[in-house]
Amino acid sequence: MIVYILCFILFLVGLYGVITRRNLIKIAISLSIMEFSIFLILVLIGYIENGLAPIVDASGSAQIYVDPLPQAMVLTAIVIGLATTAMLMAIAIRLYRKYKTFDIREIKNLRG
Amino acid sequence: MEALIPLFVAIPLIAAFLIVVFGKLFKGFHRFLAPLTLLILLCMAVFEFTGLGENSIPYAMGGWIGKEGLPLGIYLVLDGFSVLMLCIINLIGLIALFYSLSYIAKYTAENNYYALFCLIIAGMNGVVLSGDLFNLFVFLEVSVISSYALVAFGVGKTELEASFKYQVLGGLASMLILLAIGLIYWQTKTLNIADIRKVFEGGYSASFYLFVQVLLIAGFGLKAAIIPFHAWLPDAHSSAPSPISAMLSGVLIKAVGIYVLIRLFFNMFVFSQEIALVLTTLGAISMVVGSLLAIVQWDLKRLLAYSSISQVGYVVMAMGMGILLLLRGNNEAAAILAIGGALYHMINHAVFKGLLFLNAGSLEHRLDTRNLREMGGLSKAMPITSTTSFMASMSISGLPPFNGFFSKLIIIIAAINGRFYLLATLAVIVSIITLAYFLKFQRYAFYNKAAETATQKIKEVPFPMSFSMIFLAALCLALSLLAIPSVSETILSPAIDALIQPEIYSTTILGL
Repeated sequence: MIVYILCFILFLVGLYGVITRRNLIKIAISLSIMEFSIFLILVLIGYIENGLAPIVDASGSAQIYVDPLPQAMVLTAIVIGLATTAMLMAIAIRLYRKYKTFDIREIKNLRG
Repeated sequence: MEALIPLFVAIPLIAAFLIVVFGKLFKGFHRFLAPLTLLILLCMAVFEFTGLGENSIPYAMGGWIGKEGLPLGIYLVLDGFSVLMLCIINLIGLIALFYSLSYIAKYTAENNYYALFCLIIAGMNGVVLSGDLFNLFVFLEVSVISSYALVAFGVGKTELEASFKYQVLGGLASMLILLAIGLIYWQTKTLNIADIRKVFEGGYSASFYLFVQVLLIAGFGLKAAIIPFHAWLPDAHSSAPSPISAMLSGVLIKAVGIYVLIRLFFNMFVFSQEIALVLTTLGAISMVVGSLLAIVQWDLKRLLAYSSISQVGYVVMAMGMGILLLLRGNNEAAAILAIGGALYHMINHAVFKGLLFLNAGSLEHRLDTRNLREMGGLSKAMPITSTTSFMASMSISGLPPFNGFFSKLIIIIAAINGRFYLLATLAVIVSIITLAYFLKFQRYAFYNKAAETATQKIKEVPFPMSFSMIFLAALCLALSLLAIPSVSETILSPAIDALIQPEIYSTTILGL
């Protein structure tokens, strides 16, 4: 149970960062933190007490294996997360070239 | 028939790859390949549509066919609702792409634009076809990430800012969706939508169920820009290049937002009173607030973006109403009317909002401004843009004989039949407000006589742009025919049946 609570705290840390930070890069990092807390939860979902890595060999069939599907899901989600982070960073760098700052208080053309 | 289903995703993916690799080597390669791809996809979608009827066809990816009612691999499912969405996506995509041929020439890196366009189509086709929750999430990210890049395509100050905002909120939405998918897998040990329904029908813990539904409403509501989650939409949709705005507003928010919400709440979850009330309320709020925010805008594309929020509100409200009526059980005719009205309005909105954004693009192309105060007297100088935008404006504000009138009328009749008098009144009032701000657009852009002398030199837009606008305007009139019962029976009824009879959806997939 404690692990799930820690995951949730990690999620809240990320959310706090997204809401309060004023630096574009820090916002991106906070988003990544949130993302990884969710990946952790996904991995935990597939975990079974005393389970082995799900590699079936010829000898034994009586072992307990952890659920491999959430692991495959997390691998896919990590790749997607990489793409979003790269995209976010590219935009942040282009913004820096235009405004010469990472501060979101000075980047506010769009309102209403 | 069945073999064509994976091609809806594969063809645009291959086209995007080829455009990136060969686009720089052969001049004009991307301008030829991308429209051809979309044309092929549209023909395939129409072919599937004519052959499908009331069936739903599952396709097991990689030949992983399930055993004894347990699905093994990933399924793509083609049914009445998804084939309808496929037709809209590829039709609006083809028109927007044809329009881009002359519009996008002013930007650099043209081939990247066409490659991203093909990717966005691939992602949306995947979302619409997927019968597997996690696979749906992956396709959703494909289309949404390419839309982040396309919003920032102009790399000006506002474009980049809008794209950053869109990405932060879109990233949040994706996380909520991923968390919900994880939790659903935890409880049901399956990711197949039909199989999940079977598990839920066997019983579920109420608090878990509600939590997951709220997470999904927040996640897909962010993607669909329903009102409390709408902050990114006006920025992103007004900053993107105009054909992309037409794609985002016309198709993307429906394919990755509304479509998924409808699909999950009709075919995956068992109906529940609370969630139906939440959907109806959110829809009604975004309908009213979106139109009130639109009326004060002076930036033309922002006005159109806010009006998208308001029109999407109609669709969500009518869907929620449909669920409420189905739950009540004594008035199924009204429920079918509400759901049919929602689907009809969704198709119509794709057409006229696409057309309006293309009009805005033509004005921006000739005048280099989006501010309504700087336009005026253009009705003589740009007759085609003026006429088509007039038709689209009348259509969106619900004046006969255009399609918007009939879909709104159907929704209002359904509301009155189901005794939702407040919602019916709101729908009428919002329709009048819509008319007000589109008359403002017409007057300031085309009929303000004072500015006429200054605009003498402005010419009509080139052929690809004017042809796309005329085509969509004709479609605005032609879609009115869907109001005729016999026509709507062949086109809308399969989609409605797929939604209100979830047992059929699940049995065809699990019975493989």
